Amino acid sequence: MSVVLYRIDDRLIHGQVVVGWGQRLGIGFIVLVDEGVRANVWEQELYRMGVPPAMDVVFATVAEAAGHAAEWERDPRKGIVLTGDVDTMAALCAAVPEVRKVNVGGIHAREGRTERLRYVFLTEAEAARLRELAGRGVEVTAQDVPTAKPVPVAELV
Amino acid sequence: MSERLTGVVVAHSELAASLLAAVRAIAGDDHGLAGVSNTGCDRAALLRSLDAAIGGGPAVVFTDMAGGSCAFTAAALARGRGDVRVVTGVNLAMLVDFAFHRDLPVEEAARRAVEVGRTAVGLVER
Repeated sequence: MSVVLYRIDDRLIHGQVVVGWGQRLGIGFIVLVDEGVRANVWEQELYRMGVPPAMDVVFATVAEAAGHAAEWERDPRKGIVLTGDVDTMAALCAAVPEVRKVNVGGIHAREGRTERLRYVFLTEAEAARLRELAGRGVEVTAQDVPTAKPVPVAELV
Repeated sequence: MSERLTGVVVAHSELAASLLAAVRAIAGDDHGLAGVSNTGCDRAALLRSLDAAIGGGPAVVFTDMAGGSCAFTAAALARGRGDVRVVTGVNLAMLVDFAFHRDLPVEEAARRAVEVGRTAVGLVER
């Protein structure tokens, strides 16, 4: 079926992703693109614990994700590709031009960030990265859960 | 007798505060229980809030879902501390029981909470 959601979410694999989006979309696999988790077997086991047995979880670096993207797009199941931050998603989009839509699902408050939505806080640099993505033709919207209305990137940045 | 345990409920939205309100209604006061919400927190912020709520003594951390940001954060914190245990799938029965067994060793208290919580889940026969 292919990857149906490319999502930025600093909580990575958690309830909103597994239950909120996973159940609604009938997800069969989740790819977490995160250099730190890719290098940490203990964290990978922990994330697997939170996912139903029928749902596969893959951990990848940006380079590995770029190498497997075509294979995931051919997968008969539906999948979600997650990154924990804007920069990683921007790097992934640069490496995989076929990514045409990005969902900003949750970027929380931190020093230097300002609130754009209840669940989206961005630094100016992060906002600029999202603008760049949109400028390259990627449809960027914010939406925490499937039942919420997508907010276009222009309203965030 | 062991040092009295701290109990921390870390959960989505307002669940922890609501569970603690229910404990107070049943047991009279908080009995050493504290609540932490993941609302507005990334993993680092939630870790800081949870660490502050646990403090320096032995503690049992109760999380709502086995997977997810609350359980993940609790497990990450407990990994570095031998005096902290994490119980997933918190319910009111296990919290009320824990309130009156805070003098148990942390391992025993955590295992007891799991058993009490499991026993509390059932199908009411018609």
